[in-house]
Amino acid sequence: MDVPTMAEMMAQGKQPEVLFWVGCAGSFDDRAKKISKAFVKLLQKANVDFAVLGTEESCTGDPAKRAGNEFLFQMQAMTNIEVLNAYEVKKIVTACPHCFNTLKNEYPELGGNYKVMHHTEFLKSLLDEGRLTIEGGAFKGKRITFHDPCYLGRANSIYEAPRDLIKKLDVALVEMKRCKINALCCGAGGAQMFKDSEKGDKEIFVERTEEALERSPDIIATGCPFCNTMMTDGVKNKEKENSIKVLDIAELIANAEDL
Amino acid sequence: MTYLPNIIFAILLVAGVGFFVRNIKKIIRNIKLGKSVNRSDNSKARWKNMALIALGQSKMVKRPVAGILHILVYAGFIIINIEVIEIIIDGIFGTHRILSFAGSLYNFLIGAFEILAFLVFISVVIFWIRRMVLQIPRFWNKEMTSWPKNDALNILYFEMVLMSLFLLMNASDYSLQQLGVSHYINAGSFPVSQFIAAWLPQDIHTLELLERGAWWTHIIGIFIFLNYLYYSKHLHILLAFPNTYFANLNPKGQFNNLESVTNEVKLMMDPDADPYAAPADDAPEPEKFGASDVFDLNWVQLLNAYTCTECGRCTSVCPANITGKELSPRAIMMKTRDRLEEVGRNIDTNKEFKPDEKQLLNDYIAPEELWACTSCNACVEECPVNIDPLSIILDMRRYLVMEQSVAPQELNMMMTNIENNAAPWQYNQMDRLNWKDE
Repeated sequence: MDVPTMAEMMAQGKQPEVLFWVGCAGSFDDRAKKISKAFVKLLQKANVDFAVLGTEESCTGDPAKRAGNEFLFQMQAMTNIEVLNAYEVKKIVTACPHCFNTLKNEYPELGGNYKVMHHTEFLKSLLDEGRLTIEGGAFKGKRITFHDPCYLGRANSIYEAPRDLIKKLDVALVEMKRCKINALCCGAGGAQMFKDSEKGDKEIFVERTEEALERSPDIIATGCPFCNTMMTDGVKNKEKENSIKVLDIAELIANAEDL
Repeated sequence: MTYLPNIIFAILLVAGVGFFVRNIKKIIRNIKLGKSVNRSDNSKARWKNMALIALGQSKMVKRPVAGILHILVYAGFIIINIEVIEIIIDGIFGTHRILSFAGSLYNFLIGAFEILAFLVFISVVIFWIRRMVLQIPRFWNKEMTSWPKNDALNILYFEMVLMSLFLLMNASDYSLQQLGVSHYINAGSFPVSQFIAAWLPQDIHTLELLERGAWWTHIIGIFIFLNYLYYSKHLHILLAFPNTYFANLNPKGQFNNLESVTNEVKLMMDPDADPYAAPADDAPEPEKFGASDVFDLNWVQLLNAYTCTECGRCTSVCPANITGKELSPRAIMMKTRDRLEEVGRNIDTNKEFKPDEKQLLNDYIAPEELWACTSCNACVEECPVNIDPLSIILDMRRYLVMEQSVAPQELNMMMTNIENNAAPWQYNQMDRLNWKDE
């Protein structure tokens, strides 16, 4: 797969239209890597001139900040900002709402000012500009429910871009009881992804998956690698992994057209 | 002797208001114990928030039944208070229904007050039923025992009694007007209390006793209720206004960047900085990172604690609480207020705060509560008056991690990984782009 880096671009004296911030999950997590690839396929299909930082990318510091380690967060942030500013990056797109939120909201005060977009917003803009077309294909007529990632929804008030994309697939979009601004967290935010949950009587991802299953979906769509992990675990927990798929919106669109 | 009631009334008025003002000053003093945070920007958006959310109750109606009943009680509270102005003037000057010169407007107003008083009474009874008969779960979480439970009921009883007294006062007044007793001029309209009047004895002396008795207990009840506020969660009727005005306007996902940390990180990353430099002699004491006590929180967080009326909407949407974890965002606010009041009493007794070997962390809020939070912002979104429990949780996590290094083991591993290889998992940074060829 042809994924140019900023360093290569710079060597050729080129400046890409947008930087794809892959994120740690998108780089290392086996499930999330598929999301990165699906998104790159869409970028290529739409002829978007993009690049990644590759080995120069490092954690935004989000999990450290949410865990309370402001030092580590700011060390990461300032290191990243130095790199981003050196490449004169103007626009960033990422498939991780946690990276998205941190880059968009918490970097400016530390000297990192970029136009930051979540990949669903970016894909929506490509669609609106006519650079990308979406067809139902493989998913036509399927029941899809969308789980709102907290850091996309409540944290940044983005509810419609992912839904607009799903609707383009000629599917039946069914909403969970708690959706959009009232959505229930998958349980991974605030650095919970990296630890066992505290003592309680249920796992949050099971609670959320049960809610999704109430709508008998064929597919649970997400827009976050962590939500994806949690919902996938939830579906396995309910032994439904053969009948229900958990897919990122980028995967939905790419798979629909068999890219 | 004819002026005795006027004098007694004036004394009660001055004492009631004076005691209230004294306590409000204490609240302001306690809130000012918090650190500074700038919320003076964007006053247009702030006024708008206050108008829509506090005055307009826009977030209350998200739950329509409670929301609409609350609006009735709230409208009743504000509008019926116009009548209190007349009661106070009458009390001081010994007049009766001094504002009745307004004629038909007066009649309309008294009629409106009566209907509102009746609706408030009914709403409060329904509130009581929701709490005590239907036992809606958010009123029965484990933090809602003893005082918090009694406080909630006291408020409902207070309102039932005040509304009943108001209607009884009008009913006996109406009967006296009907009987042509000279002092009781024909004024007002009594769409509700005329029905109560039918049940009253038609003896002038008894009616006068009833009317005066209801009039006095009603206004004394209001003075008592006014002063009850300070001890109660009911403070929200006042503090909802400043609380919505000063609430955070940034996107909910944006957590503040600690400036004290920024300075140190800049120094660490500065290649020209002398790593062995000792701090200057006049350098201020290094700032404490995060919060272990109320003094470390900012004043808006402390205002939040006083504003919380313990409705529990936050806790009812908290994913951690729903799944049986120890965390309850409402309890975070209640514990913060409890500690702040303890500090306040300490200052009252000792003139200044005398260390008491206690703090908000551990003595009130356990780390287990803090570590259960997913930072999903559901509690912040849900609060009808824009309280932000998440910011307190985050500040306390910061203290645990940066001052005490007592994060859960797995989180320490995650942070070590970020430090060593720039990712929360143990992968080599040089392998970051391997996915493209897999």
